[in-house]
Amino acid sequence: MQATKIVTEKNNQKVSKNKELVYETKGLNLWYGETHALKNIDLNIQENEVTAIIGPSGCGKSTYIKTLNRMVELSPIVRTSGEINYRGRNIFDKSYQVEELRTQVGMVFQKPNPFPKSIYDNIAYGPRIHGIRNKKILDEIVEKSLRGAAIWDEVKDRLNQNAYGLSGGQQQRLCIARCLAIEPDVILMDEPTSALDPISTLKVEELVQELKQNFSIIIVTHNMQQAARISDKTAFFLSGEVVEFAETDKIFSNPSDKRTEDYITGRFG
Amino acid sequence: MVVRERFHGDLKALREKLVEIGNLTEKSMGKSFQALTEKDVEAALTVIDDDYKVNRLEEEINDLAILLIAKQQPVAVDLRRVIVAIKIASDIERMADFSVNIAKSTIRIGKEPLIKPLEHITKMYELATEMLSLSLKSYNDEDILLAKKVAEMDDQVDALYGETIIELLSLAKEKQEALPQITQLLFITRYLERFADHATNVAENVFYLVKGKRYDLNE
Repeated sequence: MQATKIVTEKNNQKVSKNKELVYETKGLNLWYGETHALKNIDLNIQENEVTAIIGPSGCGKSTYIKTLNRMVELSPIVRTSGEINYRGRNIFDKSYQVEELRTQVGMVFQKPNPFPKSIYDNIAYGPRIHGIRNKKILDEIVEKSLRGAAIWDEVKDRLNQNAYGLSGGQQQRLCIARCLAIEPDVILMDEPTSALDPISTLKVEELVQELKQNFSIIIVTHNMQQAARISDKTAFFLSGEVVEFAETDKIFSNPSDKRTEDYITGRFG
Repeated sequence: MVVRERFHGDLKALREKLVEIGNLTEKSMGKSFQALTEKDVEAALTVIDDDYKVNRLEEEINDLAILLIAKQQPVAVDLRRVIVAIKIASDIERMADFSVNIAKSTIRIGKEPLIKPLEHITKMYELATEMLSLSLKSYNDEDILLAKKVAEMDDQVDALYGETIIELLSLAKEKQEALPQITQLLFITRYLERFADHATNVAENVFYLVKGKRYDLNE
């Protein structure tokens, strides 16, 4: 396991000075009951970048991303040790309100999950919870968010129709728009395109590239070609460990660890 | 929203780099040939010194192409664009080497007066560099009519090559003392002929890029 350590540390030193760290994970361990799902994870996520997490099923990638917004705590058998600092503050700190964290950290899931409401109300839902009642302001938020998710032109004439009437790809971009409406800092994406057709997938990928100018994005994907296409950095997880974390260019052209190479070239997994 | 806008932006960047390496090589050959006609050893030396720029650009093109294949999984015409870029860069880099070879010949000839005016050789140079320029334009515009013209010009270069060789060989019989210079001129003739062949290869690659089929224009 020595090689794992070296690669990760090397990368951590490469963090460029002009970009700030969004997440700093130090010695994170996580257990589901007796199962040790995440083992001593050290990972730094920089702002305005797309960080992809790849690895075979059961490697801990979804668990890791769900730890970043503490969603993993919904399972009562979970125990953790170590630290995850979000913007310098440990999210496991007793005084850290989970609601506060999740206002900053939005999430998009594998299957589009719009609310059974109108397109407009889907987007306005979050801002309304945060106390915004002014119709004009809500209108602005809805338009801005839908534009931000590159779906405005497709839905602007039917904002009052039910979101369930949209195609899968449109529903997913609607969910991204819903996430943008609360103006988060980070967007977590857990397999956001695995239920979409290839063209919708490319649209969401293109959107992710747009969004990174204003947000930091962490994306878990089974599709390593997707990680290659859209991310700046890639972390390869295996059996709960980070095997390699480096620039995506490097991971996909000349990875340092044999296990990474074997995985991305399809020699195992 | 144009799907895969960034990927197409990268393909455009690749094309621009290729045009850049072509322009650099064209300039290099221009300078090298001028150094030959003016017997300017200093200028010939700068041609040799500057060759690293072309080599570096070829590496950049290859690196970019490799990353595009690894990361973007190009298919159909996009895949041909990437493959063709690698092949054309290699041809053009070789062409820049011929410009360096001519510069070396210029240095070997030195200040010694030329035994005859470089009429045929100059004509070959003009045709060969125009072929490079047209092949680049055909690549940039994906214009196969222009690519075909490049192939036709190569026939003229080949004809001139044959004539020049015969002329230089008969001169070698008459002026044995000038043999070292004649040898250099024979080399230069060969370099220009090869330069034109590589321009034809570029044109062939444009055919492949546009049509997806292979053509041998050197035949």
